Amino acid sequence: MDRTRDKVLPVLAILAGLVVVWYVGAMLLNAPFQRDLDRRAGETRGTVEFIGKTLSQPKPTLPAPHQVAANFFENTFLRKITSNQSLVFHAWITLSSTLLGFVFGTALGIAIAVGIVHFTSLDRSLMPWLIASQTIPILAIAPMVIVVFAAIGVTGIIPKSLISTYLSFFPVAVGMVKGLRSPELTHLDLMHTYNASPAQTLWKLRVPASMPFLFASMKVAVAASLVGAIVAELPTGAVAGIGAKLLSASYYSQTIDMWSALVAGSIVAGLLVTLVGWIGRLVDRSMGARPA
Amino acid sequence: MTVAEAKAQATKPVVEAKNLGLTFRTNDGPVQALTDVNLTIDKGEFVSFIGPSGCGKTTFLRVIADLEKPTEGMIAVNGMTSEQARESRAYGYVFQAAALFPWRTIASNVALPLEIMGIASAEQKTRIARVMELVNLTGFENKYPWQLSGGMQQRASIARALAFDADLLLMDEPFGALDEIVRDHLNKQLLELWARTNKTICFVTHSIPEAVYLSTRIVVMSPRPGRVTDVIESTLPRERPLDIRESAEFIAIAHRVREGLHAGHSYED
Ligand SMILES: Nc1ncnc2c1ncn2[C@@H]1O[C@H](COP(=O)(O)OP(=O)(O)O)[C@@H](O)[C@H]1O
Ligand SMILES: [Mg+2]
Repeated sequence: MDRTRDKVLPVLAILAGLVVVWYVGAMLLNAPFQRDLDRRAGETRGTVEFIGKTLSQPKPTLPAPHQVAANFFENTFLRKITSNQSLVFHAWITLSSTLLGFVFGTALGIAIAVGIVHFTSLDRSLMPWLIASQTIPILAIAPMVIVVFAAIGVTGIIPKSLISTYLSFFPVAVGMVKGLRSPELTHLDLMHTYNASPAQTLWKLRVPASMPFLFASMKVAVAASLVGAIVAELPTGAVAGIGAKLLSASYYSQTIDMWSALVAGSIVAGLLVTLVGWIGRLVDRSMGARPA
Repeated sequence: MTVAEAKAQATKPVVEAKNLGLTFRTNDGPVQALTDVNLTIDKGEFVSFIGPSGCGKTTFLRVIADLEKPTEGMIAVNGMTSEQARESRAYGYVFQAAALFPWRTIASNVALPLEIMGIASAEQKTRIARVMELVNLTGFENKYPWQLSGGMQQRASIARALAFDADLLLMDEPFGALDEIVRDHLNKQLLELWARTNKTICFVTHSIPEAVYLSTRIVVMSPRPGRVTDVIESTLPRERPLDIRESAEFIAIAHRVREGLHAGHSYED
């Protein structure tokens, strides 16, 4: 109990601080427009009333936390989840392509790592390309991928999830190369004394030793996958998904909608990272790790 | 195999080194870890290697195990090249650290070589039970390494080396990190095991009493460059209670070993 409290309290303290900063920011950013409105309408207000107005504009520059919260609540819990208004609906669309891309990306990353660890030629030839691939901005790649696939008649979840794959395979590949190379020299020597084949050394030593590295890199990769899925929804004129919601809200300056879509995205990201971490701990436990 | 061939096989030395040398190429220039080592070890011997650190004891064991290749001379194990011997799983190697896989239980650590060698799982079970009993670890099969003391971990690693029944055991300071009481106990157990199984054991240590207590032969080595300076035959009987270490004969052999170490100028600096 005490441990959870020790963990939760600092987080709550930071959260409270952020909310205060957010309110102050909203007030300051929305004040010029409010002053403009009031001047045109010829109204004069007291300070308290003025502040109240800055925090309740329908299309504020920066919406106040309670506006976002109300909008988020309404669009999450009060809508039918099949409705185009529902954030659950949009989150699901994005989540499904995130997960598909993440699974592909993880598989690809592991395959590349196994190749790199076993063939020095691959280590030399592939690594520079992998690093180069990650220096290309995803915003430049995403529209091209989507357009090229659309031109050959492939649309929907596959091209979207490819963007997620593109972003997620790299952390997994790098993490797994490190993980597969993490066994102690003595353990590798031991396998050598048994005349173990490379495949036996891989399965019985390298793979189990790499598990902590795999899960650490999968946490990064799953968050990157989500970013990939959202970015992939931006240029495609997609009608559904958190990215699409962000884009359409920004067209119509529905800043509150934008922010609540952002909140939905962060919650999905948080859940995904937590889930991966949780599975990682389960695996760790099943591998006999000493309880912390 | 004909009877004559079997006899030839049986009389072949287990380890034979001729003019063996090994020079490591390092960034700071070559390091001569071993020079001109000539040694023959017969079946059933218990040979200890003793000398100050850096004299090439580990390196010699690793050469026998085909974990290092000699740069000069030749090494034969069971009449084969060291590589062929390793490929035929001729030896069990016990490292200085227990080197158990932390994600495997003790029993499944012991099973590791058996899995790799493709031994049927029923047979694995009987062998695990047998070697666990041999090293006095029965009842700890389902524990993970971190749940065992250092001495028990090292015994588990010995069980693992025994599990596939190689005739040669290579042990690199297996008890070096343990306290003296545990070490005495394990020395006694090791001797009993050796007597029961008739294995050939190569044992690295830097403790004179340990070497004298265990061995039928003691190889004294000295560093820079690593070489054999003396080989001492033990006159102690095969049956050795712990208090044999207070006998005059024991002390005389220990004295010879100490002199051998001094003659190699090994402790001059
Ligand atoms: N892999 C290696 N590369 C370079 N030098 C080594 C290597 N292994 C051992 N040596 C050197 O060889 C010498 C003998 O080492 P070692 O066999 O470990 O000695 P001992 O086991 O008797 O302490 C030492 O000088 C050591 O530094
Ligand atoms: Mg050593």
